[in-house]
Amino acid sequence: MKYSIPQKELMNPGHLACQGCGGALSLRLVLKTLGENTILTFPACCWSVIDGPFPYSSVKVPLFHTAFETAAITAAGIKAGAKKVEKEYVNAVAWAGDGGTYDIGIQALSGAAERNDDIFYFVYDNEAYMNTGVQRSSATPKGAWTTTTPTTFPKAEFKKDLDAIVAAHYVPYQATASPSYPEDLTKKLEKAVKIRGFKFFHILAPCPPGWKTNPEDTIKLGKLAVESGIFPLYEIENGEKYTINMPSPKKDLKPVNEYLTKQGRFRHLKEDDVKTIQEYVNKRWEKLKRLAGV
Amino acid sequence: MKRDGKKIIFEKESDLPPNAMSLGTTEFNETGSWRNERPVVDKAKCISCGICWKYCPDMSIKEDSEGKAEIDYVFCKGCGICAAECPVKAITMIEEEK
Ligand SMILES: Cc1ncc(C[n+]2csc(CCOP(=O)(O)OP(=O)(O)O)c2C)c(N)n1
Ligand code: SF4
Ligand code: SF4
Ligand code: SF4
Ligand SMILES: [Mg+2]
Repeated sequence: MKYSIPQKELMNPGHLACQGCGGALSLRLVLKTLGENTILTFPACCWSVIDGPFPYSSVKVPLFHTAFETAAITAAGIKAGAKKVEKEYVNAVAWAGDGGTYDIGIQALSGAAERNDDIFYFVYDNEAYMNTGVQRSSATPKGAWTTTTPTTFPKAEFKKDLDAIVAAHYVPYQATASPSYPEDLTKKLEKAVKIRGFKFFHILAPCPPGWKTNPEDTIKLGKLAVESGIFPLYEIENGEKYTINMPSPKKDLKPVNEYLTKQGRFRHLKEDDVKTIQEYVNKRWEKLKRLAGV
Repeated sequence: MKRDGKKIIFEKESDLPPNAMSLGTTEFNETGSWRNERPVVDKAKCISCGICWKYCPDMSIKEDSEGKAEIDYVFCKGCGICAAECPVKAITMIEEEK
């Protein structure tokens, strides 16, 4: 068999994620590169459950469950502790959902970013509060159904631009990534492990029950999000140097419709709504290209 | 504390560890029972590209002695990602019989 990413497996099967969970696949891929010298911390999120019931665990590295709003500061504390016992090489990793990052966790995130704490912060973004039954977050995209934005009143606001907020802290390294592109994710992680200071990863993680999608479409949806420019893959160094990885800035984007129609959470959208989303995506893509100087 | 295979059994309160620490792996939880459909590999078609292995969220694809994909039915949840992503359509999902 051909292996394009590390063979090392630091996750156990038997975990409690739904069929086709993008969040579960994402952590599996991330741990392959971060390796054994990693300590994870999860705030309340789906992963608090995926990990399995006490006294069992689905990850082969130490894991600390923490309060919903404290992912970043807990990881910073773990790193400080590791330094104290002369284990500075430990990767202290906050692994949080979009609710725990864009909403309730943003002050701890901003604090750690401002102090340039030597941690990894990952948001696995499934665009709603999934663990508690699909409530909208500030990461939910405009037009989406959630249980708190029913189809008669779908989400009115556009998704918060968290990447720009993090960039405003001028952190050494930040990137967007997708479980549909494991080689790209691996390359970015290999780069990030060599950097001291705050490292931020934004991973779009398809969620079949929350997005009302077929579990088998998880990888396809991740690819369509990238190819349509809804979720372009890029890196920012020191808040200033932008590099676009995918899609190619030279080619036309795929229409957003292909991504939207595969998902039940967008089924109620009318032609005009799709047009609004398309225009927004085009505008954001032009802005990103400007920032990257291409 | 007793171990019964992969399961851990606490007989009384004083058995419990002083803080919440992991003592075992989730491998006691055989998630194959969740499956509605089962992926079946046509080994003659498989080109050993590793794509199904790379994308399985449940670590349920291994390599057989010929380097071809082999499904671990103890844990495979039947999501169908492997079948959808196989470039040569070597994997088919068939309905699980109960
Ligand atoms: C302070 C506090 N408020 C509310 C909750 C309940 N709660 C647990 S998980 C969760 C949703 C988390 O959403 P997100 O961070 O997006 O992660 P996901 O479940 O989508 O993976 C909520 C609201 C909590 N644990 N703590
Ligand atoms: S609800 Fe979504 S994110 Fe949570 S375990 Fe299921 S698929 Fe994964
Ligand atoms: S059906 Fe899903 S869980 Fe089963 S082997 Fe394929 S990808 Fe893995
Ligand atoms: S994706 Fe298909 S061809 Fe590639 S290893 Fe898996 S079964 Fe074989
Ligand atoms: Mg979420």
